[in-house]
Amino acid sequence: MTDVRDRQKKIRNFSIIAHIDHGKSTLADRILEYTGALSSREMQAQVLDQMDLERERGITIKLQAVRLSYRADDGEEYLLNLIDTPGHVDFTYEVSRSMAACEGALLVVDAAQGIEAQTLANVYLALDNNLEVLPVINKIDLPSAEPERVKQEIEDVIGLDASEAVHASAKAGIGIKEILEQVVTKVPAPSGDPDQPLKALIFDSHYDAYKGVIVYVRVIDGNIRAGKKIRFMATGAEFEVIEVGAFKPRMSIVDELSVGDVGFVVAGIKNVKDTRVGDTVTDAKKPAPEPLPGYRRINPMVYCGLYPIETQDYNDLREALEKLELNDASLRYEPESSTALGFGFRCGFLGLLHMEIIQERIEREFNIPLITTAPSVIYKVTLTNGEQMDIDNPSNYPESGRLDYVEEPYVKAGIIVPNDFVGTIMELCQGKRGEFINMEYLDTNRVTLSYDMPLSEIVYDFFDQLKSRTKGYASFDYELSGYRKSNLVKMDIMLNGEQVDALSVIVHRDRAYNRGRLICEKMKELIPRQMFEVPVQASIGTKVIARETVKAMRKNVLAKCYGGDISRKRKLLEKQKEGKKRMKQVGSVEVPQEAFMAVLKIDED
Amino acid sequence: MNPLTASPKALYIHIPFCTNKCHYCDFTSYVLKGQPVDQYLDALEEEMRRTVSALAPERIETVFVGGGTPTVLTPPQMERFLKSVFEHFPIAEGAEFTMEANPGTTDPEKLAAMKEGGVNRISFGVQSFDNGLLERIGRIHNVDDVYRSLENARKAGFDNLSIDLMFGLPGQTLELLSDSVERAMALGLPHYSLYSLKVEENTLFHKLYERNELPLPAEEEELRMFLLLMEKLKAGGYRHYEISNFAKPGFESRHNSTYWRNEPYYGLGAGAHGYAKGVRHVNIKGVQPYIDANKERLPRLESYDIPADEAMEDFMMVGLRLLEGVQSSRFAAQFPGHRLEERYGAVIDKQIRDGLLERIEQNGDIIYRLTDRGVLLGNEVFGAFLGTGA
Repeated sequence: MTDVRDRQKKIRNFSIIAHIDHGKSTLADRILEYTGALSSREMQAQVLDQMDLERERGITIKLQAVRLSYRADDGEEYLLNLIDTPGHVDFTYEVSRSMAACEGALLVVDAAQGIEAQTLANVYLALDNNLEVLPVINKIDLPSAEPERVKQEIEDVIGLDASEAVHASAKAGIGIKEILEQVVTKVPAPSGDPDQPLKALIFDSHYDAYKGVIVYVRVIDGNIRAGKKIRFMATGAEFEVIEVGAFKPRMSIVDELSVGDVGFVVAGIKNVKDTRVGDTVTDAKKPAPEPLPGYRRINPMVYCGLYPIETQDYNDLREALEKLELNDASLRYEPESSTALGFGFRCGFLGLLHMEIIQERIEREFNIPLITTAPSVIYKVTLTNGEQMDIDNPSNYPESGRLDYVEEPYVKAGIIVPNDFVGTIMELCQGKRGEFINMEYLDTNRVTLSYDMPLSEIVYDFFDQLKSRTKGYASFDYELSGYRKSNLVKMDIMLNGEQVDALSVIVHRDRAYNRGRLICEKMKELIPRQMFEVPVQASIGTKVIARETVKAMRKNVLAKCYGGDISRKRKLLEKQKEGKKRMKQVGSVEVPQEAFMAVLKIDED
Repeated sequence: MNPLTASPKALYIHIPFCTNKCHYCDFTSYVLKGQPVDQYLDALEEEMRRTVSALAPERIETVFVGGGTPTVLTPPQMERFLKSVFEHFPIAEGAEFTMEANPGTTDPEKLAAMKEGGVNRISFGVQSFDNGLLERIGRIHNVDDVYRSLENARKAGFDNLSIDLMFGLPGQTLELLSDSVERAMALGLPHYSLYSLKVEENTLFHKLYERNELPLPAEEEELRMFLLLMEKLKAGGYRHYEISNFAKPGFESRHNSTYWRNEPYYGLGAGAHGYAKGVRHVNIKGVQPYIDANKERLPRLESYDIPADEAMEDFMMVGLRLLEGVQSSRFAAQFPGHRLEERYGAVIDKQIRDGLLERIEQNGDIIYRLTDRGVLLGNEVFGAFLGTGA
């Protein structure tokens, strides 16, 4: 046992907090390289972001954990576990759980740009989890670097002592050793007890076609090894451990995971839903009396319909969702049908980014062309007979006669903007029905604005607006703050006189007219000319509030003869046909994919 | 005629040289200067020899020499070229023998060589009667050249003449087009081809288009142009027999009708396309590579079998370009064991419902043809037949 306790003293578990683009992935790469986990030749840039999509978008979606060994200046060999966290507000809960698996965190701040809202949110998560936060000023080699200003900011805004912050450049490999030394000397060793019953925190899992669900854990007390019967305390599911191991960074099997260790567990688990992030793994024979704190069942915030463009892809779409679900415990879906779009699924997501990622993966990895309906939040509707219902699909919205009142979800939004943009952002927030809470100066030129806002407005086009109005300088974070009564109506869209259920949206009554007009204009732009004139109308109940017309196609014929080159003629017509495949036949009208998202892409100014 | 067994009755020969390259052209054509024209003609002869020994023709009913600009050949080259065609192919008495020509490339001496050599129809690439527009699209001739060339052709004894005009050109107005058509018709020719501009990749126009610097007429304007053309030609006693072709009765291009009926044709010369025994081919496009290849083999770039499904789609796709339409009996003859109605009944019904096709019973046969509206929206109709096979 002394061995285990000695070993425990040499373990350091830490994660990296950074805003997108502030260099988290590059820093992780350098650390791997420096500790010899991978030679630089083996390194493909940014090893930790494994999925193509992550690399393209420069964000981390799935968590990763890597075990590194590092010989410190004190001559001792330390075992470092670097736990990577997803970098987006949609995944706040996951971030909080991976932080709970650590004792320390590197706070990476861009030496030129300073602190961003998202960073701030994650620092608070880290502090909530009692992590030792070590500031790192990155990109020190940039000509525009202002390390002293940024340090001052860290002290003023967060209240952290930044006097010993490492000046680093992950890109140029500057400061890596100093960072590792600080991890060893400042981050506390894990404090658990190897003699207590097993308690391990699940911070992620992924599905492997051969081994089943691979659970990522941090052992808090006790130990875990092959043959042990384990129980997941929240779900109650029990399994026998087949193997345990660590990521070095490739998966390697080890004899046991003991106190402080971070690694994976394979136990013939078929369903990722059994392994909820934040749940506690314990010994089924000698269970811990209490689970670890902080477990939360996470619920989707945003819903939309996913439909295959080609009806015969329905089964493939279901299989794709099943496969994605194996890896993604927060994805929800259930079959639904639409008169306009046929059979599809109503899917629930943590947020807009999560939704876009799933949608893109289905199209890219499973090759199923999709139609996505405009995202909706969950409205709580109370009927005149007192009955209550949750509405996540506008087409299920009850008619006004049966409706007593509706409540919609609100969020508390925190926006950090440079001074110059405060006016335009306040205007934006007010335009989105936001209620001002307060405004705080971070430093002489940046401000945090807090607003209470309907989630539906954020889902609508808030991100895009925020970005375009601040030239990308604003950063933004939100959390659900509760439900409130609102004056909402359902607006329907009709194409060629037929109501298209998949295009219905729930909007605030005051902006229904304006939005109806804009949607009709956008539809007119997006729907290609058909063989006949197509009226586009927006209506509330039976009242038409806006109308546009897509003119009929008048001429489409190739008059060129091309000698005997039939193949060229063919190719041209095939191209035309391919374009049509990307469209959905709704009644008699061919509607392109983008039209179903059009309600989001309109500019209300 | 069954294209799988019949030997072609049509012959296409490509002369890939031009005095310059027009801004919209992406055909196989090279600027004449410094080109090995004589070696090219040697190679052509070599290809003729190999072609007839691979698939012996019975009787050639139509010949079409296209380009490029075939009339850039010098009179001796012309004479020698035409002689070789007759040496290798059994050209029928009364065959249609067309050569493409550009105004300004046909002096009396050359026309005489053509006449002497067996050419009996000339198709002039006039494109427009507006000098400003001609310059804009990269043509080197002017309106005077047009008149002079046609007069020379008539003097040389050619009366079966056609000219090409283009519409939908950048900067072209309805007025300019109307003027061009009137001047073209005043010439009293038996045949007119009226093409709308298609911006092809790898052309100067495409580059300009990508940069948003090509002021093409809007769809509505182009439609008005097409309607105007049809109206004027019809009033002048011309039959609109194919989407872009108009002729006095009996002067329809017999050669091009081969393509439209999906019947086989020989294709010789650099970049030429051919279709025989169910196989389509494209020849090597570069002049020198074409010449080199002919020393050893048929100069094919690609050859591919056309599966029955695809051939049937082609039949509909090209056949419906003819305003007389496709005949059910001809389909059955080309594809023994298949009936047009069985194959395409559903597609046709939809086109009829949309008002783009009509069905006519005539002498116990069934004919499907484009309606007036269908002519304007032909691509919608042709495209509907693609990818419908088993």
